[in-house]
Amino acid sequence: MTIDAMTLTLFLPLFGAMAAFVLPRAATGIGLVTVLATCGAVWLLALEVLKAGAVITPLGGWEAPLGIALRADGLSLAMLAMTSGVGLLVSLGALNALRDLRQRQYFWPLWLLLLTGMNGVYLGTDIFNLYVMIEVIALAAVGLTVLSGTKEALRAGLEYMYASILGALLFLMGVGFVYLHLGRLDFAGLLEAEPSGALSAALALMLVGLLLKTALFPLHFWLPAAHANATAPASALLSGLVVKAALYIFLRLTTYMPLPDEILVTLIGALGAGAVLWGGVQALRAERLKLLVAWSTVVQIGLIFIAFARAGQVGLTESWKAAALLILAHGVAKAAMFLAAGRIKDELGHDIIRDLDKSNIRPTLAQFTFALAAISIIGLPPSLGFIGKWTLMEGAMAAGYWHWVVVTMIGTLLSVAYFSRVFAGFLRFDRVRAPVGEHQGWALADVAPLTLAIASISLGLMAAPILSFLELGYALGVMP
Amino acid sequence: MTPDLIYGLTGIAVFAIGLTGALCAQDRLRRVLALKLCSLGAGFLLVVAAWREPPAAPDPVPHALVITGIVVMISATAVALALIRRLQSLEAEDDD
Repeated sequence: MTIDAMTLTLFLPLFGAMAAFVLPRAATGIGLVTVLATCGAVWLLALEVLKAGAVITPLGGWEAPLGIALRADGLSLAMLAMTSGVGLLVSLGALNALRDLRQRQYFWPLWLLLLTGMNGVYLGTDIFNLYVMIEVIALAAVGLTVLSGTKEALRAGLEYMYASILGALLFLMGVGFVYLHLGRLDFAGLLEAEPSGALSAALALMLVGLLLKTALFPLHFWLPAAHANATAPASALLSGLVVKAALYIFLRLTTYMPLPDEILVTLIGALGAGAVLWGGVQALRAERLKLLVAWSTVVQIGLIFIAFARAGQVGLTESWKAAALLILAHGVAKAAMFLAAGRIKDELGHDIIRDLDKSNIRPTLAQFTFALAAISIIGLPPSLGFIGKWTLMEGAMAAGYWHWVVVTMIGTLLSVAYFSRVFAGFLRFDRVRAPVGEHQGWALADVAPLTLAIASISLGLMAAPILSFLELGYALGVMP
Repeated sequence: MTPDLIYGLTGIAVFAIGLTGALCAQDRLRRVLALKLCSLGAGFLLVVAAWREPPAAPDPVPHALVITGIVVMISATAVALALIRRLQSLEAEDDD
């Protein structure tokens, strides 16, 4: 039996998680080595995909539909690369952010398990496997949410758990319908199937489940509290990476089982618009920095769905690329932003936005990082967020759907408004009479978030190669 | 009415009852139980998918899926219960 890069991508973090759990004293070392090795496996896999387009590995030599096949193409590899790259930097950030011994012991196994689940989603080719993986993600993510052990975190974590499990069970019900109707569950089977009422019902169940898990308005109720109350590295992972797994499945499913009606595409876009407006208003009202950042995640998720719906049903063949770009942009920038927010909170001892300028400690580098990440999330050039938003609006204009352009513009204005509240706190020096330059809270811990923030800006300069990479293996076209 | 239709409809009904509970119940434990009902309904449906007219042997694949689903749901229940217990003890400390 040969071991290939794809199998390693899936099993390295799994075994790492077990090892880190069994040997809690060495958890940090095991965790870092495992994440680094997973990055290496993803890199090898990327080289294979660059050469061959799409790579397929039947696990244990069993072919689908009986066996489980893993498949990697441009889109899945972009997601894998984002996950492991962002994951590595968040891991480095976690070295400093987790002071409590208990937190450190449990963080690593949970995070590696989360990585296993996400890699499994991006490589999976049958919907039952995807169900198992989203449950693995859910359990690990809830564990990370409650890592801080506070009452608020536990309450938010429990709420998240209910939403997450319910979403997964709706998905499972859909899987049951598909099997009842088709007798197989692999993507190739879905692609070959004739559209029918029963399959549409199954698709509807699965999509509602996924929307609940990815927190699209109005199913976002669990997200702000869960993401705002977790410890900083956990928030970065939850907001930057975890919600993207369900989004990715959404993109895949809607390709292999086309949405039966134009109205549904419009509805999804309308929910996205709701998220952009409602989330924007809530972010304006938020009193705490981390809560504001969490609401901005709700906004960004909405934006991704607008990108998905930007040119209606016929435009889906191109629109997914805009959505994928926004997914990548948000993943990198939001991880940077949450880590920076955590650093600011660590230095100041609080994260109340109104009092940001009342402290004589100035975590300048973390504030700079926060601002850089905000540039990408607002969508200013040359960041990756800008390219994503531009692709969204370009497609909407070409299709004559000006309402999506208007909503995106309003969303951009709102995001400038709510991030300005934070910047005002960063920039006003007149409230405290302390010598400037005396308490510049710099630390080695700022390096990881800063690297992420710089990446979120500079990746925009590489948008063309990223776009052509996404298309490798005809990710959302016809599966070979 | 064929057996698979009866069982299928039962599965959907059980899922719907669970769904209502999960969305409407206030009590934490009740919501966990409601979610378990949902998983039961979904499992029911998968078992129905395995059923074949008697002389034919049932399809083993859905059975394997149901067993996996049960294992997943047991772990999820355990985590939820642990969370609820921890939360309750924290809240009890506050009351003292």
